[in-house]
Amino acid sequence: MTDVVASNVASATPDTMAWDSRTRRVVMIYLPLACFILILLFPFYWMAITSFKPNAELLNYKEHNPFWITSPTLAHIKHLLFETSYPRWLKTTMLVAIGSTFLSLFASTLAAYAIERLRFRGSPYVGLGIYLAYLVPPSILFIPLATVIVQFGLFDSPLALILVYPTFLVPFCTWLLIGYFKSIPYELEECALVDGATRLQILWRITLPLAVPGLISAGIFSFTLSWNEFIYALAFIQSGANKTVPVAILTELVTGDVYQWGALMAGSLLGSLPVALFYSLFVDYYVSSLTGAVKE
Amino acid sequence: MSVTTFPSRGGAALQRPGRLARLFDYKPFLIVMCLAPAIGLLLVFLTYPLGLGIWLAFTDTTIGQRGIYIGLENFQYLLKDPLWWNAVFYSIFYTAVATFGKFALGFWLALLLNNHFPFKSLIRAIVLLPWIVPTVLSALAFWWIYDPQFSIISYLLVDVLHLRDSNVDFLGSPWPARFSLIAANIWRGIPFVAISLLAGLQTISPSLYEAAMLDGATSWQRFRYITFPMMMPILAIVMTFSIIFTFTDFQLVYAITRGGPVNSTHLLATLAFQRGIAGGELGEGAAIAVSMIPFLVFATLFSYFGLARRKWQQGEAND
Repeated sequence: MTDVVASNVASATPDTMAWDSRTRRVVMIYLPLACFILILLFPFYWMAITSFKPNAELLNYKEHNPFWITSPTLAHIKHLLFETSYPRWLKTTMLVAIGSTFLSLFASTLAAYAIERLRFRGSPYVGLGIYLAYLVPPSILFIPLATVIVQFGLFDSPLALILVYPTFLVPFCTWLLIGYFKSIPYELEECALVDGATRLQILWRITLPLAVPGLISAGIFSFTLSWNEFIYALAFIQSGANKTVPVAILTELVTGDVYQWGALMAGSLLGSLPVALFYSLFVDYYVSSLTGAVKE
Repeated sequence: MSVTTFPSRGGAALQRPGRLARLFDYKPFLIVMCLAPAIGLLLVFLTYPLGLGIWLAFTDTTIGQRGIYIGLENFQYLLKDPLWWNAVFYSIFYTAVATFGKFALGFWLALLLNNHFPFKSLIRAIVLLPWIVPTVLSALAFWWIYDPQFSIISYLLVDVLHLRDSNVDFLGSPWPARFSLIAANIWRGIPFVAISLLAGLQTISPSLYEAAMLDGATSWQRFRYITFPMMMPILAIVMTFSIIFTFTDFQLVYAITRGGPVNSTHLLATLAFQRGIAGGELGEGAAIAVSMIPFLVFATLFSYFGLARRKWQQGEAND
């Protein structure tokens, strides 16, 4: 395959170019791209279609085409919303995600400002230290952290998650915001200093308003990461009522040997929707934060 | 002029600020105050637990009971434990195969997305979805896709394409289960790799390709001698991250197989959870978690310096 293409390019005579532009583009770009999108999206399609299928169709492939629904039903979603504590789990997850997002934005904005703008001896090392914290994976920390949480009397409380999530949010956000503050001209702050503004006034009135796009990127990232977090939420929360959505679906809805696939998939779909919606509103910020961080 | 207007403009701000405001304008104090929340959180919930975890690994702590120092006993026990060796093997295998798959497919997808075609930004947004959605929830979808009786893949292979006579047993026996988990991990990791590498691809100057085209380079040669070397720095960073987070993966395995069948798909993280939290043997669980650290350090150094050095060599040759 590559040989054919290569020889075509090498001997780029007008004849072969005609074949090139059309067919080659379809075979080399559109076809693989379509396959990628199909495979990447199929689990979501499957999740969505399962949540609206009545049980009779769900478990009978002989008479019903599994790729389509003949009589869609809301039974699974109704079961989820009215017969389980799903709304409560959603609320807890929302609370934890918003709380930890604000906490880490607060901490990392101040830290990034101190490292980038208040420049002091060793500020690059502090920055590096905070960044290295990102490389410590939660799988190593959850056992000792569980004992710390118990010591603080926070076991089984959503507050524990709000306090712990910043450990992986702050390093990323700080790094992102340092990059962002760098792009704001320092002259603006000097002008304000000359006019007699205090440092905090400068941060609040001048730097922060200019850094709003960076703050949004960091906020979206933090929100999705804390919404998706699993291992801490699994280890630190015991009672069914205080669980977050990802943990609750896996531990509370998976019961016995007969899995309620309809309800499970409906729960997964509903649990994915908030992040998917949130993400779709701010895709550009998200992509720029992801790629900006990598480029740095 | 400016001297006379100064008090009138700044008067309200200058007179009111008492000692507190002046304190906040004192740079060392301000620096400490600004760094305190971030550093405090990280010290209490990251550095201290990291140290505590290493200490716990040398004790026989269980849930509800303070342990005493027992030296290397936990580690000696692990070295004789076939389950631990099994988890080490699968963690390495999982990381190696999944990382290879993610990078091969992700790089390909990035190259595809780097072309011009309609709805480009929409497609780029869609591609990231597997990365956005909570891993456990998409893992549940995979669990359902891998169902022994109602797997949609089995349906396709058996009833539609007639390639097989019986349903595929994805999660029932060790090797198929291992590969099924790796496939789910690759599926989830492709978007991150693709979007990060796409950002790198867009920084490569088109003039390099133009020059190569003028010299008659084939598309493979352009990839091999321009794209690939130029991507090395970003590849090194993204791969380091990917290896760390694949090796310490927990969610996918816990959600789909919980380490089964017959403990064949335990990663070190799931084994640590099973022993440490579910089984209550905090000391032993911590020892398993700590045993991940050498592998992580080695993998990080290997991927980072391995790739970075090659970039440096190429840079020397080109200059």
